[in-house]
Amino acid sequence: MSNISELTLTKIVNGIKKKEFTSEEVTNSFIKNSQKSKKLNAYITECFDQALKNAKNFDKKKFFNGLLPGIPIAVKDLFCTKNVKTTAGSKILNNFIPTYESTVTSNLWAQGAFLLGKLNCDEFAMGSSNETSFFGNVNNPYGEKLVPGGSSGGSASALAAELTPATIGTDTGGSIRQPASFTGTVGLKPTYGRCSRWGIVAFASSLDQAGPMTKNVEDCALLLEAMSGYDSKDSTSIDIKVDNYSSKLTEKVKGLKIGIPKEYRVENMPKEIEDIWKKGIDYLKDAGAIIKNISLPHTMYALPTYYIVAPAEASSNLARYDGVKYGHRAQGKNLIEMYENTRSEGFGDEVKRRILIGTYVLSSGYYDAYYLKAQKVRRLIKNDFDKAFGDVDAILTPSTPSSAFKIGDKSNDPVSMYLNDIFTVPVNLSGLPAISVPAGYDKNNLPLGLQLIGKAFDEQTILNLSLAIEKRADFKKNFKVWWS
Amino acid sequence: MDEKKFNYFIDGEKGKWEVVIGLEVHAQISSKSKLFSSSPTKFGAESNTQVSLVDAAFPGMLPVINQFCIEQSIKTGLGLKAKINLNSVFDRKNYFYADLPQGYQISQYKNPIVGEGEVILDMPYGTKKIGIERLHLEQDAGKSIHDMDPDNSFVDLNRSGVALMEIVSKPDLRSPEEVNSYIKKLRSIMRYLGTCDGNMQEGSLRADVNVSVRKLGDKNFGTRCEIKNVNSIKFMQMAIEYEAKRQVELLESGKAIDQETRLFDTKKNSTRSMRSKEDAHDYRYFPDPDLLPLKLDQSLVEKLKKELPELPDQKKERFIKEHNLTSYDANILVSEKEVSDYYEEVIKKSNKKLATNWIIVELFAVLNKKNLSISQSPISAKNLSLLINMITSGEISGKIAKDVFEKMQLNDQDPKKIVEKEGLKQQSDPKELEKIIINILSKNQDKVKEYKSGKEKLFGYFVGEVMKATRGKANPQLVNDILKNKLH
Repeated sequence: MSNISELTLTKIVNGIKKKEFTSEEVTNSFIKNSQKSKKLNAYITECFDQALKNAKNFDKKKFFNGLLPGIPIAVKDLFCTKNVKTTAGSKILNNFIPTYESTVTSNLWAQGAFLLGKLNCDEFAMGSSNETSFFGNVNNPYGEKLVPGGSSGGSASALAAELTPATIGTDTGGSIRQPASFTGTVGLKPTYGRCSRWGIVAFASSLDQAGPMTKNVEDCALLLEAMSGYDSKDSTSIDIKVDNYSSKLTEKVKGLKIGIPKEYRVENMPKEIEDIWKKGIDYLKDAGAIIKNISLPHTMYALPTYYIVAPAEASSNLARYDGVKYGHRAQGKNLIEMYENTRSEGFGDEVKRRILIGTYVLSSGYYDAYYLKAQKVRRLIKNDFDKAFGDVDAILTPSTPSSAFKIGDKSNDPVSMYLNDIFTVPVNLSGLPAISVPAGYDKNNLPLGLQLIGKAFDEQTILNLSLAIEKRADFKKNFKVWWS
Repeated sequence: MDEKKFNYFIDGEKGKWEVVIGLEVHAQISSKSKLFSSSPTKFGAESNTQVSLVDAAFPGMLPVINQFCIEQSIKTGLGLKAKINLNSVFDRKNYFYADLPQGYQISQYKNPIVGEGEVILDMPYGTKKIGIERLHLEQDAGKSIHDMDPDNSFVDLNRSGVALMEIVSKPDLRSPEEVNSYIKKLRSIMRYLGTCDGNMQEGSLRADVNVSVRKLGDKNFGTRCEIKNVNSIKFMQMAIEYEAKRQVELLESGKAIDQETRLFDTKKNSTRSMRSKEDAHDYRYFPDPDLLPLKLDQSLVEKLKKELPELPDQKKERFIKEHNLTSYDANILVSEKEVSDYYEEVIKKSNKKLATNWIIVELFAVLNKKNLSISQSPISAKNLSLLINMITSGEISGKIAKDVFEKMQLNDQDPKKIVEKEGLKQQSDPKELEKIIINILSKNQDKVKEYKSGKEKLFGYFVGEVMKATRGKANPQLVNDILKNKLH
């Protein structure tokens, strides 16, 4: 038998169900891989001992049910986990151990899974390369010194390198889809309100959404089903029944209408991106879908809008990290000085930059010109999608304007870094579901992903379309293990 | 009383000045749990024992609106005859302070749950309508304690997240007396509604006072100063008086008023600057993305409207109309819900006029002397009602009733038992009384002569003698009648 860790989540679940292997064997396989892979720097906190205990306990059970029986899962370190340090990639939470468990991780554990570890990410999920983490850069399995994307960079790297059978991330402006695209994995941002935000360290409340990151589309459907659901503790969570995504998953997409938005052909877009997009169109045509050219006229305003709304909310959400109640505290002669020292030492540059931007755009005298205007534009962007979805069932775009870049390439140029999210942020601003599915490689053999955007709460359609692409693209990982 | 005229002006050297006052009252909603969390709100609990993860702003914690608090604020809005806004929005008011765990207070800024309303005041110079600008919901902060340790401050988060209603008046108040009346009326309305206990000592009712002055007759408002968090009506009145005089002095000496926030120093009886307009916080209000806009059904408002109890103004009107009370008496009886409840209990079985007098004069004197509230009254409504009935039935005289009332205070005794035990029953048997009167007249032949020759004042002397002989128990009406008859 091949190494368990090479299997997909679905195959591992079936293997455990059929008693082909034990949870302990599965867990050991991923622990072994993880221990050999320190160079990737994917983990912030390892929970291997506890995971093994959980696996052994699971194996003693005569009966079990649930979608994820005996499955070890490492998660982004933005999910609060009971009695396990939760840092959000920041020094300011370096010593923070929650007494509570996030709803989304609780949902996974309720389906039989348990925690393998906490994965590296950009500080407070602010970044597109995992370079803003207090815990250091994460390497992309596709090459040393290559970023895995961000902010869920540790998750994407760990998943691609098979340190975890699947993982969950959060996506505020592309933080699941972009790293998925950079690592040749599948990542889905659900409809806003599909997954509870309770217990997830907040970045930008009106945009944050947790989602699955998996090796293939089938796994994605399974994990989405396990993690989703209404939560009365989150007022923005929406009480709509969770579909049986995995059992309904089908590559039969004949007759579905797919929109191709002309505004996503951005200036200076590499030809390879254009080519992969064309390939995607061909795959879907081949599957019997109908391709339609559409227009999303306000697309060009999405990025500036996002970089007003997200920092505004973040500047307020991060005010609680003041050294008074928990987390890092620096000394000071008085309260103000304690605040200043704590936050100066505790936050990294990118977080500080966004707090400054956010504070500025909310200031009296600037509020109308920035925040209020951004909210109006956000509405127009959403209206674009609403109108388009009158004609089409889903929208196909590239996931990112480039493949993974080198560590350090963009870290001194925030704007060029922000441009990475150009295809993903309109989706967060509109609250819609979107998935990135690997579709091919560029000339440097780096993976490229395609994004499918769906109607609100219609994750099923984009999963089905992704499956159709997956079958035709026949994407296979093509990196050699260089890190162990 | 209507001839009394409003007469509160500041006499400056250059003429009379009118004082313009607006209040921002912070009223704690009576509710078991906080505005956005399920923590209890009980006053006086040990520090930091009523704090949830939400109240302490732990990472990833989210607010969930307490529906009961929403209904309480709607009820209050209805009690203020105000417009209920079916769409309102919770905003974040951002500022840093050690007792503000989130780094922002969730409040309502542009779209409050309650719009314009009014409060009617009964002043000696007639009724006066005070406009309500708005009522909005917000969460309270915790409490910083600076005097327990020389080097450290402590924070108690029990209050963090408790639901407050901020009730903003229009600048319609013109004197400390009107402020007193306004606060009491507002408090009374909320206590009738059960939406706020109005306890100022426990901080359930606090107010910021906006004061400005203008020359009598001026149409435009002057620059105002805000006096923060004055926690008793008395201090509020003192602060206004001081502040108005300070402003008049400044203006008359040709100086301008700085729009600023001031603090009232209760020891020095003066206000001092806390922060100027330039130093004012920029609160960076924006809609809280953790909470959806609050949408209400008109049907909920209608339901709450139907369930509304009778409020002081309506009750007063009813007492005047149905019970024939004077406006003055009715006002006193409805000012506190407990007083009106007591009164209505007493009159269930006894005379309204007598009940009113006994409560307002006799009972209130006792309560004042002993510093008790009506709910702590040493005499129950039931027993007071029995006492009044004994007067109306002629069993005891009003004078005896006062002695009985005195004795009832000891342990809320049944007046009947006191009268029986002490033998205080009124002597109303005309034959018995006639005997006594004949006896007295025969002993005082000389005085009878004098009376008959015109010295009518002596009538009182005879009455006194009869009372003496009966130890005050003789029915005074009968004594009068019989005496008149005999002396004729």
